[in-house]
Amino acid sequence: MTPLVSGAIRAPYDLIAWLIGLWSDALYAVGEAFGIGMLRYVFMHHAFLVGALIAVMAPLVGTFLVHRQMALIGDALAHTAFAGVAVGLFVNSVLGTGISPYVTAVVVAMIAALAIELISEVTDAYNDVSMAIVLSTGFALGAVLISVNTGGLAVGINQYLFGNLATVSRENAVLLVVLFLLVSLVVTVTYKQLLYVTFDETAARVAGIDVAWYNRLMTTLTAMVVVGAMQIMGVILVAAMLVVPVAAAAQLARGFRESLLASVVLAELAVLVGITLSYRYEATAGGTIVLVAVAVYVVAVLAGKIQSRRGVSEEAGTGTVAREIDAGTGEPTDD
Amino acid sequence: MSFEGVPSVGVGGVETSRESEEAGSERSDGGAGEDAGRVVEAVDLTFGYAATPVVEDVSFGVDRGEYVGVVGPNGSGKSTLLRLVLGLHEPDAGSSRLLGHPSLAFAERERVGYVAQDVTENTTRMPITVAEVVLMGRFPHAGFGRVTETDREHAREALRTVGIEALADRKITALSGGQRQRAYIARALAGEAELLVLDEPTVGVDAESVDAFFDLLADLNEEGMTILLVEHDIGAVLERASRVICLNREVYFDGSPAAFAGSDALERAYGTALGLGAKTEADPGGDRS
Repeated sequence: MTPLVSGAIRAPYDLIAWLIGLWSDALYAVGEAFGIGMLRYVFMHHAFLVGALIAVMAPLVGTFLVHRQMALIGDALAHTAFAGVAVGLFVNSVLGTGISPYVTAVVVAMIAALAIELISEVTDAYNDVSMAIVLSTGFALGAVLISVNTGGLAVGINQYLFGNLATVSRENAVLLVVLFLLVSLVVTVTYKQLLYVTFDETAARVAGIDVAWYNRLMTTLTAMVVVGAMQIMGVILVAAMLVVPVAAAAQLARGFRESLLASVVLAELAVLVGITLSYRYEATAGGTIVLVAVAVYVVAVLAGKIQSRRGVSEEAGTGTVAREIDAGTGEPTDD
Repeated sequence: MSFEGVPSVGVGGVETSRESEEAGSERSDGGAGEDAGRVVEAVDLTFGYAATPVVEDVSFGVDRGEYVGVVGPNGSGKSTLLRLVLGLHEPDAGSSRLLGHPSLAFAERERVGYVAQDVTENTTRMPITVAEVVLMGRFPHAGFGRVTETDREHAREALRTVGIEALADRKITALSGGQRQRAYIARALAGEAELLVLDEPTVGVDAESVDAFFDLLADLNEEGMTILLVEHDIGAVLERASRVICLNREVYFDGSPAAFAGSDALERAYGTALGLGAKTEADPGGDRS
């Protein structure tokens, strides 16, 4: 790498690292001011940062997935990301290189993401069939690579399977900030197209939207989110962040934009409460976050039921208006 | 290739010798845009998903301001024909043009509105409001840019036109089938579509709402909207459309509703052996008024 190129990569990295440093200082100050013990540790600063970013981008992508009935794709990609981690560790131990397993995970998961789209495009299979195939392949490949070279590999594999707050290094945090910026930017720019494709694929095609391309984009974004979330959630629980807050928001929201916003808020709640609880009770972060998210979901379901019951009594009043409009007459109809 | 009894509405008189027989010959006037040709021009379209063609040698045209109804038995290729015209499939043979451009390369997508059978079966649980759905009609205009106040005004105006502005903030799934189809029409209107393509829009809509829905289409047509409608209810088509195309893989009839009622095209297209629903459906407009 020429100094120029490495400098060009170096500069934004340093900038993000510096910003993360500021964040860390700020949290430390907050911890000191309010006597919050867990904010004394840098790894907790990183955990909160990474968690907060995941809680934005996971529902951002997950909302489109869930309403396309592709909720399981997160699971499939998480398991292939596991294979990616195994590839990274394997290459490192064989060649003695120092590639971050997260980088290989991103690459392998993105390849898998495209494979899922390709399998369902080429073989005409249901989407969940191609997901199941890719999921199994990923996990199998990961397991084989680990067993082939048990020596150095078995060590530290747990952190990828179950996630670990303490393993979020500054490098990982920088990688996540980059993924976050990328995912947020892409979703913001292509929001209209993604929404159209999600809501009505045929009408979207008539409207001139390249549906296949946006499907691929969606799965690629999912791969990025999955690898980002893997650090604290672990492979096994990563899909929950894509699905559970979105499902909760769908219970409460009427509009799509509204549900997108609600899912981010609920995800933030789950992540921040989850990380705090997992620190306090020394429980695994991923599991705790998911349990909190599910609790939020249950509350949302109950709230949604109450809301719709209230809505029914309201609607009894406006029902005739709706029927008039339906029948296209100006006259009130009574029945 | 019969265009018998078809009134040529507002072709613009750019060229007078536009015989349908010559439509297959190369014409490169696409650049002239809207008034350069018919709204839809299909020439010898043949298409099959497998070896057997679903649509074979189909030629027809739709002029500006026409209200064309396509009827035919189940599996007769009606929907496929629409998809070919819209450029969603590449024909095995023949060609089709949309608003003067080849369908497959058609780029001005906002000029065409598409309403299919109620799609909510697929999106039953999706939280999205009526206003958000209608605003989608503006998306081709907005591209990657932001939705502007003009876009929102168009959407509101469209909701008023179809008479469901009171339901704008409702969840689309909370609407009845008829209201939902109105919302989809509004989506097309919001995009300022010049051609409305409807694929069996009244399936699953209750009878009363169906009448109101066809009233709405008639109003839109009167205001100049070109309509291409695929419909299983032959009575409704005969009553409402200005022209009928009867399809069963090939075109069996293309002409005025009155001429269609007097012809034997229906029996031929549906096949006499198929006595099931054909008998009642063949009674044009009998039980409808």
